[in-house]
Amino acid sequence: MRIIATFICFFAMSLAALAVGVDEGRLTDPAQEARAQDIMKQLRCLVCQNESIVDSNAALAKDLRMIVRERITLGDSDQQVLDFMTSRYGDWVLLKPPFEGATIVLWFSPLILLLVGFYVVYRNLKKQKFITTAEPLSRDEQARLKELLTEADDC
Amino acid sequence: MNKFIPFAIFCAISLALYVGLSLNPSNIPSELINDPVPEFALTEVGSDTASFSSETLATEEDVIIMNFFASWCAPCYVEHPFLMELKNRGYKIYGVAYKDRARNITRFLEEQGNPYTQVGADENGRVGIEFGVYGMPETYIIKNGIIKYKHIGPILEMQFEDEFIPILESAR
Repeated sequence: MRIIATFICFFAMSLAALAVGVDEGRLTDPAQEARAQDIMKQLRCLVCQNESIVDSNAALAKDLRMIVRERITLGDSDQQVLDFMTSRYGDWVLLKPPFEGATIVLWFSPLILLLVGFYVVYRNLKKQKFITTAEPLSRDEQARLKELLTEADDC
Repeated sequence: MNKFIPFAIFCAISLALYVGLSLNPSNIPSELINDPVPEFALTEVGSDTASFSSETLATEEDVIIMNFFASWCAPCYVEHPFLMELKNRGYKIYGVAYKDRARNITRFLEEQGNPYTQVGADENGRVGIEFGVYGMPETYIIKNGIIKYKHIGPILEMQFEDEFIPILESAR
């Protein structure tokens, strides 16, 4: 009984998670609202910094959500909405940093680290002679192999 | 030679982390430095006409201060004596009351003193967004309608003489 009550409590509490990002002023056109939601997911909440404005319930995040919707109803393209935000808050407001001169290290560092990792593993394996040419079988091993193969033929 | 490579990598990573981790993540540089102030028109607190606008700032010849504040913002109370001090030193300060009620602003200014030449009421916070404001208080140094500097958070005593005043003077 207690378990069921606990489950009901958890379920009731988790409903609150669905409420975030649901504003009163949602757009009536579902396609436009979907576009707006998509853009909001790419925008950082400046108050909480590691949340998108969809996930955040800060007052500023709500204002920015309404602005995204407003720009879309005014006929802005996705890029124009993002430009509107970056012209005020900088590239910082984008959760995904743009691909440009200053961020090139950021984008390529995982690849570089991966390649360095491969090289280190390769070098260590070579040092420990895991990568060597196979030595020929000894006499005993050859006899054993022949035995096994004939056994297999019998089946 | 080979022995030094790991040490060199260690040094490079240490240096990068030392620099990277000593940055303050809440200090987001303003996009608007050296740009003209965004266009806006606000009604002054206790008035109905849009008498405080970007034009007001553009026609100012000397360096001026624009301060976003609110009566509901606790750090603003900490900052307020320094704004009063700036006024006493002869600086012109414009205020924008961010998401606040006229009644509360009036009371705030009566209690704490009024350092502002004009106070615009930004009730829905849209002018704040135009300026890239994301927390209270924020202070801009403006000359000839061009934004020269942005200070995020309250101006504290330790910053006032050593940081804020020199920046203000150099903008002149």
